[in-house]
Amino acid sequence: MNNRFINWFRFASPQSFYPLAGKMIPWFWGLTAIFGVVGLWISFFVAPTDAVQGEGYRIIFIHVPASWMSMFIYLVMAAWAGLGLALNTRLSGMMAQALAPTGALMAFISLWTGAFWGKPMWGTWWVWDARLTSELILFFLYIGFIALQAAIDDARRADKAGAILALVGVVNVPIIYFSVKWWNTLHQGASVSVMKSPSMAQTMLWGMLIMALCFWMYSIAVALMRVRAIILERETHTEWVKELPEVKQ
Amino acid sequence: MNWNSPAEFFAMGGYALYVWGSFIVCAAIMVMEPMLAKKRQRDILRTLRRERIAEELDRQ
Repeated sequence: MNNRFINWFRFASPQSFYPLAGKMIPWFWGLTAIFGVVGLWISFFVAPTDAVQGEGYRIIFIHVPASWMSMFIYLVMAAWAGLGLALNTRLSGMMAQALAPTGALMAFISLWTGAFWGKPMWGTWWVWDARLTSELILFFLYIGFIALQAAIDDARRADKAGAILALVGVVNVPIIYFSVKWWNTLHQGASVSVMKSPSMAQTMLWGMLIMALCFWMYSIAVALMRVRAIILERETHTEWVKELPEVKQ
Repeated sequence: MNWNSPAEFFAMGGYALYVWGSFIVCAAIMVMEPMLAKKRQRDILRTLRRERIAEELDRQ
């Protein structure tokens, strides 16, 4: 076993992760602010008016990043949950629990902004279309995960039950992503794809990517804040928590 | 520059309701969520401090 291997696992304990997370939070908030200011500046002042959708298209600068994050956070949450199930590490379950509310809110923002885009562009707030319906199911999966964990008093059992739900729900993520290809849907195809060059103006693309970075940093920052609270809640009766300066003061 | 006046900016080419309806709700969520996370941290710290004080009193 080499040193690097050991060091990596050191941070897998709540006791060493708690102060580390505390140090990282301000940095992620700083990055959120920087990317947010630059992203919003591009979204409103640099990106040109869309030829077809006028100014209404500017909703995509938050709609697309929120939709990406809602799917990505689910994958990360399921990965942590799966890791907890396989290795029985304490921190994994806490990470999954900390990510769920942020993911749910991202799914909600995605649905909300989608409706506000759909009304002027399609003439309706909602359609039971493959993309929209699968994103709604994602939102319900998050809510189900949160509710299931809240319903079980024993934290370890809550983690296990939640992990199974999260892992089964993973099947929904590729369904959302490929829904625009598999079914005839009202929703437009992928805005950015690795396979082909993007179908939008350069500045619009940059605005969207920088806003996505902003949402990314925001999600990490807020999830780290929540995981710190969860660590304290679950480790209440341990010696190290009693010895923390913020508890002793 | 896309806008000639602040009024034009807020009108969003007639899409004001939809654009601001999206951005304001998104911003509200992103302000509220960290505040709730902070409150959760404050609450658990308060509980922990109380428990520590109770333990000390027990010992005396």
